[in-house]
Amino acid sequence: MEPLVEVRNLKKWFMTGKSQFGKKEILLAVDDVSFSINRGEVLGLVGESGCGKTTCGKVILRIYDPTSGKIMFNGKDITDLNRRLMEPYRKRMMIIYQDPFGSLDPRMTIGKAIAEPMIVHRIVEKKDRRNRVIEIMNHVGLIPDQIDRYPHEFSGGQRQRIGIARALATNPDFIVADESVSALDVSIQAQIINLLQDLQKEFKITLLFIAHDLSVIKHISDRVAVMYLGKIVEMASKHDLFGEARHPYTQALLSAIPVPDPKQRKKGKILMGDVPSPINPPSGCRFHPRCPSKMDICDKEVPELREIVPGHFTACYLYD
Amino acid sequence: MGGLLGKVKSPLARRRIQNFIGNRRAHISLYIFIALFIITVFAEFVANDKPLLVRYESKFYFPIFKDYLETEFGGDIEIEAEYRDPYIQELIYEKGWIVWPVIRFKYDTIDYELEVPAPSSPSRSHWLGTDDGGHDVVALIIYGFRISVLFGIVLTIFSTIIGIIAGAVQGYFGGLVDLIFQRFIEMWASLPSLYLIIIITSIIEPTFGLLLVILLLFRWLSLVGVVRAEFLRVRNFEFVKAARALGVSNVTIIFRHILPNAMVSTFTFLPFILNGSIIALTSLDFLGLGLPPGSPSLGRLLAQGKANLQAPWLGVTSFVVLSVMLSLLIFIGEGIRDAFDPRRQLA
Repeated sequence: MEPLVEVRNLKKWFMTGKSQFGKKEILLAVDDVSFSINRGEVLGLVGESGCGKTTCGKVILRIYDPTSGKIMFNGKDITDLNRRLMEPYRKRMMIIYQDPFGSLDPRMTIGKAIAEPMIVHRIVEKKDRRNRVIEIMNHVGLIPDQIDRYPHEFSGGQRQRIGIARALATNPDFIVADESVSALDVSIQAQIINLLQDLQKEFKITLLFIAHDLSVIKHISDRVAVMYLGKIVEMASKHDLFGEARHPYTQALLSAIPVPDPKQRKKGKILMGDVPSPINPPSGCRFHPRCPSKMDICDKEVPELREIVPGHFTACYLYD
Repeated sequence: MGGLLGKVKSPLARRRIQNFIGNRRAHISLYIFIALFIITVFAEFVANDKPLLVRYESKFYFPIFKDYLETEFGGDIEIEAEYRDPYIQELIYEKGWIVWPVIRFKYDTIDYELEVPAPSSPSRSHWLGTDDGGHDVVALIIYGFRISVLFGIVLTIFSTIIGIIAGAVQGYFGGLVDLIFQRFIEMWASLPSLYLIIIITSIIEPTFGLLLVILLLFRWLSLVGVVRAEFLRVRNFEFVKAARALGVSNVTIIFRHILPNAMVSTFTFLPFILNGSIIALTSLDFLGLGLPPGSPSLGRLLAQGKANLQAPWLGVTSFVVLSVMLSLLIFIGEGIRDAFDPRRQLA
């Protein structure tokens, strides 16, 4: 299968404000990340908060400009396209935001909000627009009668459906779902995830699903990439990753998933300490200060993401 | 206002109107203000020294619209008919009749038949007395109200447009644009505006238009700060970023997304700006720097009240008129502001 989206050595550094002595500090939000997403595939991107997963998604959509690296969409390099040249790609790649409350204009009816991408990209004629909006609303499980209501009249789950409808408005090939369910109730999360899954299958959308909740990721993804401090530490098919995690960080994450059985003792490893600051990341392997299987080499050299079993990539010296 | 509601299609506008109607104080104020405004807009038909209608020798005459010579009514001299003259009145009543406006004085009509020296106290012919020039106070108020409100509205519209554009540019683009603009505004705001106005008006005779321009030079600043702050706040909202990610242009983002969200706090300022504009004109008039002499002006009436403390009807009248007008505008403004709040439930 050919990849629809491919990133190579993607880096996004933010210049943070000056420190006290006027030295600018660099925040390595995304540091040398490479992966590809096949057409029609769901890639789950998981990691702790602040590890750069959202930035990664936004850089792919060119909401942020990458510091270096390459972004390929449908075989074409879109890294350096200017605003005008980027426009045909914008409508093919959309984003569903994390916050269903902040991402909708409170003074725009949801009908207008859903129609906005169509207007901006001039894809649906004015007279057909309203019908198209109603059609999309039906798809995402909104009642078309509510087309003239305002966002504040909806619940969080409904708003997230509006967000999804907006993303679907241009018939995109690729959608980044940025923590799209983490702001919702658990019961609503399930509905929204199922909706996303159904829509993804129905419209054959390629999905980059960003989340910090492993059980959500497990439910929806075909493949999973685990990020830690701006780097991908492990990437494998869902089956391989959840069945046989290789990287100590992934193992630790998996062992932290709660098991719905009160009698079962908690086994496995509990990580010590906090995620270090991405402004001054640890040398060598980013994970070494917290790693239970740390070796001598780990704080000296950066392990590369290597394919240790076909389709299973890990950046760890344990598997050399 | 219920009839209006039926015609409005947009649910948003409907809800705003409903909200506004729900606010009793505001919509009663609006009715009163509209009534007063309509009366004063047609001031010429309410208070005038010319009759509304004259019937003379089975012909109709409309002196308000057309000037007639005395000779048409059987007078001797070929000058414009002076209808207040008992001689002319007698001539007309011989062969017809006259319909007078409610108040038989214009703001500049001098009543030469006062029995007491001007300013004369309220009487049957002058309900609120006269000022020290023998002008009827009611007529002065009617014409003065109109000119104050019109001046205030025009000044508010222009200063709002300029203020919103300036604030939007500053707030949306931020950074260096904001920094430079802000310094300029600080310098501009620290100019002693009253002195400048005194200097300008001492060189050029102020007219309605010129006064508008001069006051506009300083009053557009009043909205810039609010609009700028609102734009700085709103431009960082997720939905603005989302619009930007969608490829929406800056101008469209400003008008479609930020401006509507910045409008509520702008609206809260509008009644105050309108009031401020009226007060600005009134105070200039009070100081004698405003509208040219002979214009009907509440400020000048106020100044007369101060100069003639023995005639309290002057000061009291102008005070009551000004405070009622300004209060009504504030109440209406508050109602509009509340009606525009999307989070407000239907009242």
